[in-house]
Amino acid sequence: MSAVLIDVQDLVQQIGAQQILRGFSIQVHQGETLVLLGKSGGGKSVFLRHLIGLMKPVSGRVIVEGTDISGLGERELEWVRRKIGMVFQDGALFDSMSVFENVAFPLRERGERDEKKIAGKVRETLALVNMTGHEKKMPVNLSGGMRKRVALARAIVSPPDVILYDEPTAGLDPIVSDSINRLIRRMQRQLSATSIVVTHDMTSCYHIADRVALLNEGRLHFCGTVDELKNTTDPVVRDFIDGRSHEVD
Amino acid sequence: MNPIALLGGAFLGFCAYLGQLAELAGETFRSIFAGRIRLGLVLRQISHIGFGSQMVVIVTGAFTGAVFTAQTFFQFSRLNMESAVGPVISVAMCRELGPVLTGLMVAGRVGAAMTAELGTMKVTQQIDALRALAVHPVDYLVVPRTIAMLISLPLLVGECIFFGIVAAYLVATKILGVGAPYYLLNMYKFTEAEDIFMGVIKGLVFAVIIVLVSCREGLNARDGAVGVGRATTEAVVIGSLSVLIANFFLTMALNIFFPAGVS
Repeated sequence: MSAVLIDVQDLVQQIGAQQILRGFSIQVHQGETLVLLGKSGGGKSVFLRHLIGLMKPVSGRVIVEGTDISGLGERELEWVRRKIGMVFQDGALFDSMSVFENVAFPLRERGERDEKKIAGKVRETLALVNMTGHEKKMPVNLSGGMRKRVALARAIVSPPDVILYDEPTAGLDPIVSDSINRLIRRMQRQLSATSIVVTHDMTSCYHIADRVALLNEGRLHFCGTVDELKNTTDPVVRDFIDGRSHEVD
Repeated sequence: MNPIALLGGAFLGFCAYLGQLAELAGETFRSIFAGRIRLGLVLRQISHIGFGSQMVVIVTGAFTGAVFTAQTFFQFSRLNMESAVGPVISVAMCRELGPVLTGLMVAGRVGAAMTAELGTMKVTQQIDALRALAVHPVDYLVVPRTIAMLISLPLLVGECIFFGIVAAYLVATKILGVGAPYYLLNMYKFTEAEDIFMGVIKGLVFAVIIVLVSCREGLNARDGAVGVGRATTEAVVIGSLSVLIANFFLTMALNIFFPAGVS
């Protein structure tokens, strides 16, 4: 197995009186696609936000390339955020900017001033996510799937080492979901990026995962390959895979 | 609940709020002095804050000057002091009405828009997206607005004062029949450069208050559309009250450096 890129140790997070993460630990290896499964509201997105310092843990450590980032300040986190791109659940596109401006934003912020280069790079990246021809549209005029594609283009335009996907197929129809899954696979092949995908979509999980983890009650409950997941007899994992709530009609 | 605990809680909340404003101010001015300034965004904000607020400020200044002149004339004419209307209006416009009215108008128009914009960005994760792209929200959102406000507000104050005085002159001399030479002579005699400095200094202080309160409210908005609405209301209320309260203390403090009617 390749080197450990991200090492999360005993992560604890609390929002108000509710404990979201209760000592969650996991290692992410270079080049792999890790899918994190778990119930809605179970802390998957919260975990993801810790990996780029958008949230500070109550306790525990998040080690990226050997550096504990959990105590770093906003400005000290810049190097981590340049290495790790994030695709937010609803895209989080800047609604005052067009598709082109959104994708060009990271390039301009990282000092690129040559407008020809910027335009070329933006078009190339939009082509990669099948969004050619939509450059002038405003985010409000895009469908959910298109917004996610543009968000992905913005995250990868300055190629990151790691891409975090927060519910990339949530709220999308099966066909658009399949196209997003293929896109994630393509990103892995073309950019050789490490990917961490938070989802509760099993189809998506089987399609893209190298390794699957299940977050349950704030802790890591299961971690293994897709085959191990399919063959497990663990009742909690089986309930999740088979979609059983055990509630009576 | 124990009233002392309630009072203590409110006091601690107030201290925490002031702490947050101080922290935001520190981060903002550190960024400005470190040169993390995006000129394009500053110009866009100047256009929005300065250029876009002109009509509101001109109308407010002109009609306040006009009505203040009429009232002053009605009272002073009973004492045969009609020619004192000019200096009263010009000194009041420079020292108090110009900066305060501009501050209140800008807190309402620009402060509310700033909070609503930043608040919407906060609740739709756009600010998190900025942070995820290694862009500090203070550098990108607060610094351009602060610089634009520091440039625009003193100019708007000057504009408000100017149109207030012009409207006052027109009302006094053309409608109320005050002799133009006496009006102008007394106005020049009793209005000093210090009066204008005082207005400009107040404008600078109000600019900082409005921008920090508005940005703080926007950056801390939560709970979706309702939260943005709440933050916007609070920004206008806190911004306006802060302008009025700060104005009193500024008047007292600045009167030490620029005492009225001494030179």
